[in-house]
Amino acid sequence: MNELFYDAAPNATRVAPERPKPRQYPDKPAEVVLFGTCVVDLFFPEAGMDAIRLLEWEGIRVHFPREQSCCGQPAWTSGYRDQAKAVARAQLEVLDRSGFPVVVPSGSCAGMLRHHYRELFADEPDTLARVNALAERTFELTEFLLRVCKVRLADQGQPRRVALHTSCSARREMDTHLHARELLGQLDNVERVDHDHESECCGFGGTFSVRMPEVSGAMVMDKTRALMDSGAVEMVTADGGCLLNINGSLEKQQQAFRGRHLASFLWERVNTRARKGAV
Amino acid sequence: MSQRIPVTELAADFRSRATTALADDQLRTNFRTAMDSLMKKRADAFPDEQEREGLRELGNRIKARALSRLPDLLEQLEAKLTENGVTVHWAETVEQANRIVHGIIEARNGRQVVKGKSMVSEEMEMNDYLARRDIECLESDMGEYIVQLDGEKPSHIIMPAIHKNARQVSRLFSEKLGEPATDDVNELIQTGRRTLRRKFMEADVGVSGVNFAIAETGTLLLVENEGNGRMSTTVPPVHIAVTGIEKVVQNLRDVVPLLSLLTRSALGQPITTYVNLISSPRKPEELDGPEEVHLVLLDNGRSGAFADAQMRQTLNCIRCGACMNHCPVYTRVGGHTYGEVYPGPIGKIITPHMAGLNQVPDHPGASSLCGACGEVCPVKIPIPQLLQRLRQENVRNPAEPQVVKGGGSKYSRTERMIWQGWQLLNTRPALYGLFLRAATRLRRLTPKNAGPWTRNHSAPVPARRSLHELADAHLRQRGDQ
Amino acid sequence: MTARSNILGKLRNSLAGTTPRPDEFDEQLVTRPWQYPPAARVERLRSLMEAVHTEVHQVSATDWPALVADLLNRRNLSNLLCAPATDHGKALQHYWQTTGQRSQLLAYDRPIEQWKTALFENVEASITGTIGGIAATGSLVLWPDRHEPRLMSLVPPVHIALLKASEIHDNLYDLMTAQRWAAGLPTNALLVSGPSKTADIEQVLAYGAHGPKELIVVILDQA
Repeated sequence: MNELFYDAAPNATRVAPERPKPRQYPDKPAEVVLFGTCVVDLFFPEAGMDAIRLLEWEGIRVHFPREQSCCGQPAWTSGYRDQAKAVARAQLEVLDRSGFPVVVPSGSCAGMLRHHYRELFADEPDTLARVNALAERTFELTEFLLRVCKVRLADQGQPRRVALHTSCSARREMDTHLHARELLGQLDNVERVDHDHESECCGFGGTFSVRMPEVSGAMVMDKTRALMDSGAVEMVTADGGCLLNINGSLEKQQQAFRGRHLASFLWERVNTRARKGAV
Repeated sequence: MSQRIPVTELAADFRSRATTALADDQLRTNFRTAMDSLMKKRADAFPDEQEREGLRELGNRIKARALSRLPDLLEQLEAKLTENGVTVHWAETVEQANRIVHGIIEARNGRQVVKGKSMVSEEMEMNDYLARRDIECLESDMGEYIVQLDGEKPSHIIMPAIHKNARQVSRLFSEKLGEPATDDVNELIQTGRRTLRRKFMEADVGVSGVNFAIAETGTLLLVENEGNGRMSTTVPPVHIAVTGIEKVVQNLRDVVPLLSLLTRSALGQPITTYVNLISSPRKPEELDGPEEVHLVLLDNGRSGAFADAQMRQTLNCIRCGACMNHCPVYTRVGGHTYGEVYPGPIGKIITPHMAGLNQVPDHPGASSLCGACGEVCPVKIPIPQLLQRLRQENVRNPAEPQVVKGGGSKYSRTERMIWQGWQLLNTRPALYGLFLRAATRLRRLTPKNAGPWTRNHSAPVPARRSLHELADAHLRQRGDQ
Repeated sequence: MTARSNILGKLRNSLAGTTPRPDEFDEQLVTRPWQYPPAARVERLRSLMEAVHTEVHQVSATDWPALVADLLNRRNLSNLLCAPATDHGKALQHYWQTTGQRSQLLAYDRPIEQWKTALFENVEASITGTIGGIAATGSLVLWPDRHEPRLMSLVPPVHIALLKASEIHDNLYDLMTAQRWAAGLPTNALLVSGPSKTADIEQVLAYGAHGPKELIVVILDQA
């Protein structure tokens, strides 16, 4: 994002990057790669499967390269740049093999690929070209469904009131809250309700939740309280990390309230024969 | 009373202070209410997204331009101010700055100092320095006055007493000033006004900060709502302004957008009650104003931040406080938890350069990187990016030259090995596949107590089958893979 | 090796090999959103000032001394600090002489050191002119001088300010440019946008912190 790396001395005073233009979306492609993300892979695989099903429902052929693993964010946010870079490079190799658009069922990982890989490879101009190309064809799931597939969701389900939680990076880097809202808005029998301090962080922050458990804990308590007080019967979110954090807290609190991945929710609503995800 | 706490005691202090703060319901309520109100005020003051973003970008460009010429600009500022009759002093450390200030006061046999709001003077711990030399230095900003009376440090850079409610202030005034108890904020303010009015009249020296120092005209610009700044900089015969070296802007017109950004971001106001532009001491024909005006330019680690192009952006800061107003961590733990002069997000990125990262090793990690701060910063400091950078600097091998003062204090060979292991796992597909298989097959063995995670969450039990396995099966069925 | 040379040296070192950034100031950003039809300027300034407890009056250029006398009488104020050498000071003196007002006109005609206590404790109100106003933010602009020194608009609990409607500019940028501030500023230039206030206790707004508790703006039409 920072042209300064080429045009000026490395110690030149930096300015904030220009405001990004509204994203231009391509036409629906015939094939995509799903980048599962490690949290979905291990804890919410059915959500990943539901993402695949939704994409196939749209007539897209989904590929899942076995060699993928993690986007690198945990090391990156912990200050271990070299390790993050090595892992990012591995994902870049995998995702470059086909060159297909990459769909990511988690806002923060999508943000990592789309925005932070550039920072990681800022000192490698050759790799940077490939990284930029990858960023260009990386889409968070909800934005892909809404803007690329231009889905029209036909709600087959019973009336339901849900709250939507959007991860911070998804919100701030990918506008996911807007896409998710619009997708939910297409479902006639679904009522989305706001929750208190909706744009506030749930407290996950990756390793923050284990390094500063007291503060993180206070944040997730407030978030779960707000979600439960919203009048919704469940929460949906497009981010695996937040889901792990919020559901983990709700379980510990022995609350009945739970969250679900948006992909699973959407798949269930549009497909009466959808299998209930077992998470 | 402040004390320089030795490094060994500081290491775990953020977390233990945070724990204490989190248990204080009154504090949490006070902060939550206050921050919600400030966030709303700011949002209401910037109804037009285009206008807001255009102005933020301009603010960023103005600061960047000034920083790109900082040494020349400082020289120009000094020349113009000197021409105008203002004496300019330079201080590398707070110790030097205190000595300069003390010297000026001593030269006039001053014993009473009245102070307008100045965060730099907090960096200097000026009040204590002067008190130890039998010079009374009284805060005149209402919020600062209140915290000083209570022997506390400010908990917010704009609203120093935000952690207190009216009842707490009333109790304080009763105890320290003998005032009758009252919940009426107006009455409390009038008490402050009465007490401080005498001090304005009697003070030998007035001290202030500077919001913007303008090189083009040799001008110090101060903003305020109360009038104590004007009092402190006009009534006493000597005015000493203290500021950081990064506060200089090139042209007078540069302050127009910066002023708008500052007052709207800080308090949601289109402008403060007073905007005060001081360019010289009292001229021969004038009837009031200080005879002497001094400016003390303080480094205190800013040149260290300046040295690195990425971290130089830290110096864009115009001290509005919007970052901490929007920070979910600050809202819950309050300003004192940070244990330093500057709290909140800006505190986390500037303190390492001032006090050394080893003094505040928990600062960079005390954030979920939610990005709320960066989103509202009027001069577009990439705060999350800088926090991330400081995390890297925190774990830099101490054998390497450090880029940040006090860097490398959290370097841990063990932790490094863990991340090397993580790297191996995530760059060897076969290993990763094995890991997934083991984790899913052995899921029932997930311990109920898995360290800090299970403090706030149920045990993180993996699914029966990983997405890798399920996707693989699904795609093979389809004929791919 | 002085602190000055050390600091400048470090900064210069850090910038070695770089070129300064260009001036990207876009004046549209500070003018276009803050422009008003001339007829609307007074209204905007008035509403912004009233929102922060300023008392605003509009009178003709000839009627204002009567208004000021009335303001003082209603508040039972016994004196008014004014500048006899200014035009408005002369007009006040004339009005006082010809109408026999109870309140006394005082002059700030000696250095503050000679009468500080009296100023702080006995002066109940002051009246000053202004050199303009700003509609965008509801602000008065003052350039204190030897006739109307700095403390005149700060110390007395009531400050009356005379503002000519024709001198109200759209925004600060326009005013600064029109008045050529960059060519040189006085000892002290001020923007005053209301009576003194603070929200330091629980964010509850209280007026009359250290500056004047009351600001009264008298806008002179056709002036």
